Amino acid sequence: MQALETLATHYNYFITIVLMISGLFIVIARGNLIKKLVGLSLFQTSVYLLYLTPAKILGGTAPIYNPAYKVYSNPLPHVLMLTAIVVGVATIALGLALVVRIKEAYGTIEEDEIFSKDPDSE
Amino acid sequence: MFTNLTAPFLGTPTGDLIIAAIAIPFIASLIIPLFYKFPNLREAVTLIAATLLAGVTWSLYPTVAAGGQPELLVWSVAPGLDLAFKIEPLGMLFGLIASTLWVVNSIYSIGYMRGNDEPRQTQFYVCFAVAISATMALAFSANLFTMFLAYEVLTLSTYPLVTHKATEDAMKAGRVYLVLLVGTSMVLFLPAILLTWATAGTLDFTPGGIIKPDALSPLLMGGLLALFIFGIGKAAVMPIHFWLPAAMVAPTPVSALLHAVAVVKAGVFTVLKVIVYVFGIETLTSTTANEWVVYLASFCVLMASIVAMNQDNLKARLAYSTVSQLSYIVLGAALATAASITGGALHILMHAFAKITLFFCAGAIYITHRKTEVSQLDGLGRLMPLTMFAFLIGSLSIIGIPPLGGTWSKWYLALGALDANYQFAVAVFMISSLLNIAYLVPIVARAFFKPLPGVAPGEKVKIAEAPIACLIAISITMLGCFVTFFYADPILDMISLIDFTGSETNTTAIEPSGSTIATPDTTAAGTTGETPKGAINVR
Amino acid sequence: MSAMTFLNAVEPHLPILLIIVPLFGALMATFMRSGTVAWFISLVVSVLVALIAWKLLNTILSTGTPIIYKIGNWEAPIGIVYKVDQLSGFVLLVIAAIAAVMMPFARRSIAAEIKQRAQPWYYAMYLLCLAGLMGIVITGDAFNAFVFLEISSLATYVLIALGRHRRALLAAYQYLIMGTIGATLYVIGIGLLYVLTGTLNFDDIASRLGPALADPERRNAVMAALGFAFVGVSLKLALFPMHVWLPNAYTYAPSVATAFLAGTATKAAIYLLIRLLFTVFGVSISIETLPVPQVLIVLSIAAMFLASFSAVFENNAKRMLAYSSIAQVGYIMLGVGLACLPVLAATTDASPATTPNNGMTAGLVHIANHAIMKAALFLALGAVYYRIGSVLYKDIAGIGRTMPLTMLAFGIAGLGLMGTPGTAGFISKWYLALGAIDTGWYSIVFLIVASSLISLIYIGRITEVVWFREPSAAAAQAKEAPLSMLVPLWILALLTIYLGLDTRATVDVAAEAAKVLVGGIR
Repeated sequence: MQALETLATHYNYFITIVLMISGLFIVIARGNLIKKLVGLSLFQTSVYLLYLTPAKILGGTAPIYNPAYKVYSNPLPHVLMLTAIVVGVATIALGLALVVRIKEAYGTIEEDEIFSKDPDSE
Repeated sequence: MFTNLTAPFLGTPTGDLIIAAIAIPFIASLIIPLFYKFPNLREAVTLIAATLLAGVTWSLYPTVAAGGQPELLVWSVAPGLDLAFKIEPLGMLFGLIASTLWVVNSIYSIGYMRGNDEPRQTQFYVCFAVAISATMALAFSANLFTMFLAYEVLTLSTYPLVTHKATEDAMKAGRVYLVLLVGTSMVLFLPAILLTWATAGTLDFTPGGIIKPDALSPLLMGGLLALFIFGIGKAAVMPIHFWLPAAMVAPTPVSALLHAVAVVKAGVFTVLKVIVYVFGIETLTSTTANEWVVYLASFCVLMASIVAMNQDNLKARLAYSTVSQLSYIVLGAALATAASITGGALHILMHAFAKITLFFCAGAIYITHRKTEVSQLDGLGRLMPLTMFAFLIGSLSIIGIPPLGGTWSKWYLALGALDANYQFAVAVFMISSLLNIAYLVPIVARAFFKPLPGVAPGEKVKIAEAPIACLIAISITMLGCFVTFFYADPILDMISLIDFTGSETNTTAIEPSGSTIATPDTTAAGTTGETPKGAINVR
Repeated sequence: MSAMTFLNAVEPHLPILLIIVPLFGALMATFMRSGTVAWFISLVVSVLVALIAWKLLNTILSTGTPIIYKIGNWEAPIGIVYKVDQLSGFVLLVIAAIAAVMMPFARRSIAAEIKQRAQPWYYAMYLLCLAGLMGIVITGDAFNAFVFLEISSLATYVLIALGRHRRALLAAYQYLIMGTIGATLYVIGIGLLYVLTGTLNFDDIASRLGPALADPERRNAVMAALGFAFVGVSLKLALFPMHVWLPNAYTYAPSVATAFLAGTATKAAIYLLIRLLFTVFGVSISIETLPVPQVLIVLSIAAMFLASFSAVFENNAKRMLAYSSIAQVGYIMLGVGLACLPVLAATTDASPATTPNNGMTAGLVHIANHAIMKAALFLALGAVYYRIGSVLYKDIAGIGRTMPLTMLAFGIAGLGLMGTPGTAGFISKWYLALGAIDTGWYSIVFLIVASSLISLIYIGRITEVVWFREPSAAAAQAKEAPLSMLVPLWILALLTIYLGLDTRATVDVAAEAAKVLVGGIR
């Protein structure tokens, strides 16, 4: 019962953790280079949630000064995550570009097939 | 402590001479490659440098013989790590031997390398010069750091000499040489230096030693000594000896100078310095940390002689003989009495002349008749009478028969053994002398008394000696064996200047006028007392 | 406006210029058509950055107080500040100097290894990477450090992917995955810290962590934050066993890029870890919450041995050096780990607060020394690659005879790597061993010297190959490297010796930094 209550009140943290772990799992377990990037993206996304959860104040509003409102959300994590999203997009874009080039060079994007094409470690 | 002491010698003739002694061979090594197309000029550079160097070291001798200890702080690398030089009697002696024999060896090298038409001669002379530079730096080093630096440079610069032939065997031997010497120095010698630093807070060679008897537990004291004895792989104490026979693939001049004089003597010299100036003989005897070294060295003396008897290859036999003779010096150091240290220091000199003669002969036999095994030498005395006679003289000096230099060192070593109450060590010296006879004399006997194969006993044969440059070198070193017997006095006088206790009380040449009796804590006082005296003598 | 007044006007803004100049340079390089013009821009920018870094460090050392630059004049907790103290000034100069020294080398090497139209991109990415690395070191803000970390990393991925072999693409991809995971883990750690303290400024976090630690509920969060950040940054600096991305990345990147990355990229990450452990968390927290020093020491020693063993059996010279880099990072981190441990009172006369910590000094000195030595080694290989197009042992056999000057410099730097006395490497090992003795871990002294022995074997092996083997067909045809390559190479090689004999430039500064870092906490 206790656990269920924790789950209900902290559900966003649990979502974060699930996203984080599934993202990491996909990166490690999948051999397809695109799928790995999908996993990586999931992993990064979980961090956005981690930052935004404590920043959202219940009942708070957007942090634009207005005498009508007393409670504001913390703007800083939102801004930080804006930066992180940009970084994440850049990373995924670069990763995808690399995958395109790898496909051109090897004719495949499956890790095991690529390794079998360059067997020597030289 | 250097700030006060260097002042009298900075910019003075002696300070410059120290620099010159190290710089001359080094500069030669830079000039030699410029003449790689002109062998005569190239060899001239080597000879000029060798002569200059000998001149420089001999001109330092009067100062040291008069009790002065010129010193020079070149550079302070980091706190406690000074690049500094200080010439005390042991270093002076070693410096004199190495620089003088370099001249002789250069003459011999020219004969040998040309007679044998060796490839890559320029590289040979360059590395040789660097090795000599390192040897001089090692001989004159004022602290463990400088010594360690020179020690490593010596190893690295001699590696190309060992692998000179570039055959598979030579490469293998080179690997053994490098890994064993650099390995022991890094894994054992360096930690020993670090531990010394942690214990004593200084690395300077100080009369009376820098490690106080109660600074370490007896076990640690013995351990530290073990780190030094085995870490100084060049001293070839068993079981760190097998690089030396392996290194015999090198051309003979290399074996002669480096593996009978510079490299191995650098090893035992380092051991002597460590025992006298790092531990101090009083520290060692009072803690009996030296005891196991005495037994180990005695074992090595006998064991290596026995192994030498079973070697058919001439150079290998000489190599094991060297291992045995080096252990004499280690034994002398380990006995830790004034007489035994004197014996050890003398043996550096005596053995140098004797062994270099033997190696020169081995090389001469090789280039003239392509013979490398003892069993091939039958009747060779008729072809090479001078060479084989020199071989006999060298052998007798090693055995220790008067009137040859080897007599004195064995005498003092035995005396030291009695002083230290190790009667069995005297027996070791006796037995080993017998073994020396057993493995050296038969070579000469074979050459003179066995018939030359393929030649009837009465028939005349044409004498076929080595190139003249080789013969000159052999004659000089052979004469050296005699000279060192008759002129041992000045050397003994100089060695007697060594301040074993740091209080100057048991030295004979210096009156205890200026300085009061120093406690081990204020060992520096001992040096300050001496330095101005030397400075006065310079002017 | 005269030059003097211009300089005076610029001086207070030097910290931000350190970032802006290379960023702007990268932008300019992007629009260039010709590789040579882009190279010239990079050269000017690199030298400028090195001069700024030199000026900053000099100012710090003479005044003794950190330079704090408030961006947009916003005060610390609200705005981002750049802070240059002895540590960051030292690392900044190391990175900038290495980058500047190798620029003359880059032109021919890049022209030979990268397609004409991609050359300006190489220089743009290089400058971007430099800006990122400078940013990591100079910033006083945890999240800003993440952004710079990603800027430098993204640029690095491109630099690696520009390598000639198709495996460079795969190496870049693998590094991208690992690097992003590392950076994300770091950001998670920072996020937790922000939740705990409400600030991202390093100094502010440090001052507010104490109360958080006292509260048993928040204590776990501090531990988690430390764990995440530690692992994240360790991935970037290739701490064993998080090093798997490194050998491939270094092997297949263009020669100059490898030299640049080996000399600088891991160093910036090491700086970040030191900053986290000592300034942000503080030694006491690092030890109380997690066994950080023990972990560091064990992993470092594992790296020193296992990576060195891998290097011994390599047949590709670049990969051999890459493994050696992992081992050398182990030396640096061992010094850092030792600095976390309490110093035994018996071995030091003065109090730890006034004497610099030997372990930390060793780690910092080795940051500089290793950067110089490894850059020299990789540049030498770059020159060989320029001439014969390969760095496999079978191809570079006997190359010492045709490229003696290049291989001599390689040999000198190799001696440094082994820690031969008289070279910079010895100084690092000396202080490292002293640090081990200070903490009473005598056995580590032997491990340090024993691992040097392994480096003797792998350096000895390649020395034998290049000097004593019969020249391969390619090596016999090779010519000595051009002057523009030899000069940077020899500058670094001579520095290896010089810094082994005159340690004022490295040890004194590192000791100052160590004093500030470790001394301030005890």
